[in-house]
Amino acid sequence: MSRAGNPFDYARRWWMRAILAASFLFLYFPIVALIAFSFNNSKRNINWRGFTLKYYEKAFANEALHDAFINSMIVASISTLVSTVLGAMLGILLYRFRFPLKGAYEGMVHLPIVIPEVCMGVALLAFFAAIKMPLGLTTITVSHIAFTIPFVAVVIRARMAGFDRSLEEAACDLGAGQWQVMRDITLPYLKPGLIAGAMLAFTLSLDDFVITFFTSGPGSTTFPIKIYSMVRFSVTPEVNAASTLLIVLTLGLTVVAMWVQSRGDGGAGARKEGA
Amino acid sequence: MENWRDNRSLFAALMVPPTFWLVLFFTLPLALVWIYSFGERGPQGQTLLAFSFANYARALEWIHLGILFKSLAIAALTTAISLLIGLPVALGIAFAPKRWRGLLLVLVILPFWTNLLIRTYAWIAVLRTTGFVNTGLEGAHGALSALLAGLGWPEALGQFEPLSLLYNQRAVVVGLVYVHLPFLILPVYASLEKLDRSYLEASLDLGAGHWRTLVSVLIPLAWPGIASGALLVFILSLGTFLTPDLLGGTDSIMIGNLIAQQFGPSRDWPFGAAISFLLMYLTFAVLWVRAGYANRQQGQVTV
Repeated sequence: MSRAGNPFDYARRWWMRAILAASFLFLYFPIVALIAFSFNNSKRNINWRGFTLKYYEKAFANEALHDAFINSMIVASISTLVSTVLGAMLGILLYRFRFPLKGAYEGMVHLPIVIPEVCMGVALLAFFAAIKMPLGLTTITVSHIAFTIPFVAVVIRARMAGFDRSLEEAACDLGAGQWQVMRDITLPYLKPGLIAGAMLAFTLSLDDFVITFFTSGPGSTTFPIKIYSMVRFSVTPEVNAASTLLIVLTLGLTVVAMWVQSRGDGGAGARKEGA
Repeated sequence: MENWRDNRSLFAALMVPPTFWLVLFFTLPLALVWIYSFGERGPQGQTLLAFSFANYARALEWIHLGILFKSLAIAALTTAISLLIGLPVALGIAFAPKRWRGLLLVLVILPFWTNLLIRTYAWIAVLRTTGFVNTGLEGAHGALSALLAGLGWPEALGQFEPLSLLYNQRAVVVGLVYVHLPFLILPVYASLEKLDRSYLEASLDLGAGHWRTLVSVLIPLAWPGIASGALLVFILSLGTFLTPDLLGGTDSIMIGNLIAQQFGPSRDWPFGAAISFLLMYLTFAVLWVRAGYANRQQGQVTV
């Protein structure tokens, strides 16, 4: 499609380039400015007064921010571990089995992806109040597991879609029991999907604000909640520095997840294109 | 696919743990809120179980209906602006040379991996009184004033008054377009990428211009993707809580904020529960329409 003179080569027209440039400026200017001004040597955050790392030092020295970061890491690690296992089970289940009311069941388990976050947040708040469970890291973790399970399941199911069932059959014919097949054939094939799903769960948990907002208590501030309260208080370069750290962390994890996933899919993708 | 009966032990082992978790910490809480939505608020703000539609009736009173309509209007405006920006961008990417396409797509997806709160917060620095836009305008104003003064019109423009760009509905719409634009660009791109380009060539060969081809051939063919992206942007904007909370003022409260208020400072859970379910019903209605388009799009691929 890239041969010169193609009538649909809109990307070569100046107006299309102008539209694309303007749109990407719109998408990137605020975030790039936020990152750039975390290095700005001025409290007022608007004129460039030279490069400094002092706001990073301040952010690192800020104990409340530190605690919030540790809390986020604890919540994200535990919820990732649990939701990867449960999400993988769900993904394999939906890939593998036909059962009565499957459509309704699928709708139910995918609901956390589609309902407004604020609805899920207040529902969990009401539920924890009803069972008299004090809000804290436990309630946050439990809630994060609930909303990340379907996302993991989607990733796992997509990975399973490329699976060659004859491998399992061959293993069975050679005398392997079904648990052994699961352990030696299915799970190794699933490994890139599991890693990608876990990374997704981790970043979703790390980034979540709305559901955490409703399920956290006074002593259980996570990193985004802390940034939120700082933002409400005032817009300072220290907030920019903390935000930049979170962006870099999430971006880094996502890049690793994509890399793992593309390596895992490489064979299947090449096969498809060759066919 | 296997029938569950052929392998009951594996089926049960895979089904029970995730279902248990989701029922306990998702379905049950939703059911509880649904029951609360028919309840009453006690004198101390506690929730008393009852069976009344009073909360729903209250949600449809004028003052609350106003917030509902405003939320719908803001979501519709957000969708319209996203279409206006997103359609040309998706078109540009879909018809870009193959070696650029991957890079452009990554550029669209990249903001997804940035925290929603941070992306919203970033706009405060752009829009506030001493923000980038106002500072830029002030600079332009100063330069223009100096130029006019040099030409013999001092004081022609007067004092610079910063625009109030933040804490109003406009800021909310800008913020919503910003966070939801990729949700529109990606499905539209996907449907444009798949469509059979010989139709477009035929249209051009038969004498239609580019505009005509775009409007009568390309848009109808890509319609499932366009509709699905637009409806997604609509429901995400409708259910938003964070954007109006950070960028909006007192006049830009949306449904999500009204719900949060009832579960927070107002402490009227039954009423909050009723609005919460109204929002969910609206969301489901839109999703149901969207599912129709999604099916059609899938049908198109297999044909």
